[in-house]
Amino acid sequence: MKMFAAALAIATALTGSAMAQSYPAKPITMIVPFAAGGPTDIIARFVGEHMSRSLGQTIVIENVAGAGGTTGITRAAGSPNDGYTIMMGHMGTHGAAPALYPGLKYDPTALVPVGIAASTPILIVGSNKLPPKTLQEFIAYAKANPDKLNQAHAGIGSVSHSTCVMLNVQLGIKPTAVPYTGTGPALNDMISGQVDYMCDQIVNLSEQIRAGNVRAYAIASPERSPALPDVPTTKEAGLPEYQVIAWNAIFAPVGTAPEITAKLNDALKKALADETTRGRLLNLGAVLPKENEQSQAFLGEFVKQEVARWTPILKAAK
Amino acid sequence: MNEFAANLALGFGTALSLQNLFLCFTGCMVGTLIGVLPGVGPIATIAMLLPITFGLDPVGALIMLAGIYYGAQYGGSTTAILVNIPGEATSVVTTLDGHQMAKQGRAGVALGIAAIGSFFAGTVATLFIAAVGKPLSQIAQFFGPAEYFSLMVLGLIFAVVLARGSVLKAMCMILLGLLVATVGTDLVSGQERLTLGIQDLSDGVDFASMAMGIFGFAEIIRNLENPEARDVVKSKIGRLLPNWQDIKDASLPVLRGTFIGGLLGILPGNGAVLGPFAAYTVEKKLAKDPSRFGRGAIEGVAGPESANNAGAQTAFIPLLTLGIPPNAVMALMVGAMTIHGIVPGPQVMTKNPDLFWGMVASMWVGNLMLLIINLPLVGMWVRLLQVPYRLMFPAIMIFCCIGIYSINNNTSDVLFTGFFALSGYALLKFGFEPAPMLLGFVLGKLMEEKLRQAMILSRGSFMTFVERPLSLALLIVSLIMLIIAVLPAMRQRRDEVFTE
Repeated sequence: MKMFAAALAIATALTGSAMAQSYPAKPITMIVPFAAGGPTDIIARFVGEHMSRSLGQTIVIENVAGAGGTTGITRAAGSPNDGYTIMMGHMGTHGAAPALYPGLKYDPTALVPVGIAASTPILIVGSNKLPPKTLQEFIAYAKANPDKLNQAHAGIGSVSHSTCVMLNVQLGIKPTAVPYTGTGPALNDMISGQVDYMCDQIVNLSEQIRAGNVRAYAIASPERSPALPDVPTTKEAGLPEYQVIAWNAIFAPVGTAPEITAKLNDALKKALADETTRGRLLNLGAVLPKENEQSQAFLGEFVKQEVARWTPILKAAK
Repeated sequence: MNEFAANLALGFGTALSLQNLFLCFTGCMVGTLIGVLPGVGPIATIAMLLPITFGLDPVGALIMLAGIYYGAQYGGSTTAILVNIPGEATSVVTTLDGHQMAKQGRAGVALGIAAIGSFFAGTVATLFIAAVGKPLSQIAQFFGPAEYFSLMVLGLIFAVVLARGSVLKAMCMILLGLLVATVGTDLVSGQERLTLGIQDLSDGVDFASMAMGIFGFAEIIRNLENPEARDVVKSKIGRLLPNWQDIKDASLPVLRGTFIGGLLGILPGNGAVLGPFAAYTVEKKLAKDPSRFGRGAIEGVAGPESANNAGAQTAFIPLLTLGIPPNAVMALMVGAMTIHGIVPGPQVMTKNPDLFWGMVASMWVGNLMLLIINLPLVGMWVRLLQVPYRLMFPAIMIFCCIGIYSINNNTSDVLFTGFFALSGYALLKFGFEPAPMLLGFVLGKLMEEKLRQAMILSRGSFMTFVERPLSLALLIVSLIMLIIAVLPAMRQRRDEVFTE
């Protein structure tokens, strides 16, 4: 019996590695846990298109939206770990979700990391009708008028919600949070002055800032964005501890063979080295991972840090 | 004025290039097709076709995607009229009189007037966008949460007027619709409500599952009870084109529908949904003999269909001029623009004039194409009615199931549709009309969201709804309509009119 079990184990291992060698032999499904057209979806499509070419198999994007992205990741995490179902996780689903969803059916740190695709910096923006013009003035104003301030966000669990919670905690302010069902309606009410400020990804805001409809206080990244060169970084504006970025990264279900994820990582690196793909991503205002940040190990560590960083802040704010 | 002409010339120059004409045509055809197939909506289709547009230039890609969107609005009314299944929230009202017309052998006329009304509305809306798009987009900014809530209150009053039969039953259905709308994650706290622990309900009940179950499948089950009933329709298909009297009856409703739908379409937060409902209510109120409504009145098709198309068109205004998408389809268009390297915003008009004006012009070109595609096809669609039930019903069921599955790639949505089919059948058996429930559901979500936002902003004071002039005006109109509906004298007349 023992012999049989051993033989079986060897046989499985052999077929496993044989499978990994011929991988990919059919189209791969990449589950994007948000609606088509949003920043994460667009990044997945740009990267996926080049990865398809280097892998020789199409990567089909499947949008499974719902519950702040956790519906899609739950589905992807429960799929067979043969490498034919992968997922595009992000700051919310793999950083903030454990604190926000107590019944979460997957462990972000247990999923097999493939690599970081692209990140979009977070901006702090205010309504034109709000008196402060700079971040410092805003901080002073917020502290002086704790009962007056209204902060918009795009729903519990959204990037704009989590990132603003962190800002509020760091500034020690407790504004009235007004939830919206997306960035669009929130922006509409901010332009007309119903709400005062919000935090969101650069791609959702850049054109409104350029048109002067809303005021950008700072960008929460180490360097200024080429898309908005006039907007100071939080460091320059005097709030260096506020560093948040909406990162997007590819993961595979628990137990996916290392040979397979290595191939996927390789294809992702090639996509990030491709001029056209880079150009498309940079045009979004996205930040691409540096060479040392493109490895699977880096992402694995990074997810652990993110979960550890977000959990206490979001739990305390609840 | 000169500028206006120059802009339109630039637009038509772009839209009439051979490639863009072809893309516009493709978009319209695909759109009509998916609109006719019950269940497959424009959101799923545009999402599926996004990767294909990778290789096209941005203007062409957007012209094609826009064609799918308004093509689907045209096609959607076809299914609403012929098989009583609204594919979209905006075609719910068309089922009321459109399907009755089909049952009376006037399916051809109903489809014809829907197409002509839509074309007229589309033409007006295109000129509207070109002429006053920019200043009009400012209207959206007068609408804060409080104004929105008051508008939704007005919408709910419409729902009562919509009903056939008893007012009490209509009220019950509206309340049921509102209740179903509360299923899902609480906006403010993020807690799940009424989901029974089912994860697929955490984002609430899907509109398509509910509409298809309650309207489509339940109707099919009811039809199976008496398979002979439809022979009446079969023998009298009737003319395809409306006659002079029909056009005379429909012309004013088309004008009014275009105006109402166009105006509501500009509002962010899916104001376009209200357009057809409002147009129907207005027609019913203005009619000399309101009892004809719900029994195949041509005004009940012409008004809402024009409103529907005008709203579909003007919904582009906030997207193109402000870069803010008013509904889910427009959000997808934002994605499509971003993929093509154009970040939508207030500057699209000045930075990419060929895109802006090309799209505006292509809307009119598309509407003309749709009229040309649709009118000859009316005969074909009507012939669909002659397909035996044993072939047509399974086909409809399969298309609906595929359509519902394709929205979220989720099998549980199909199961929900089954559940709603049984509930819808039970409601029909007890004599409850499903339309007010669906309106209650659609409005309920927006209403709760706006109510809570307004209350948060006012720090819990209800006065915010009467302190703001626009909100107050809307509430006063609602109150007047409500009084008219419940005044004893009026009610007696209404009951005479409505009870069968």
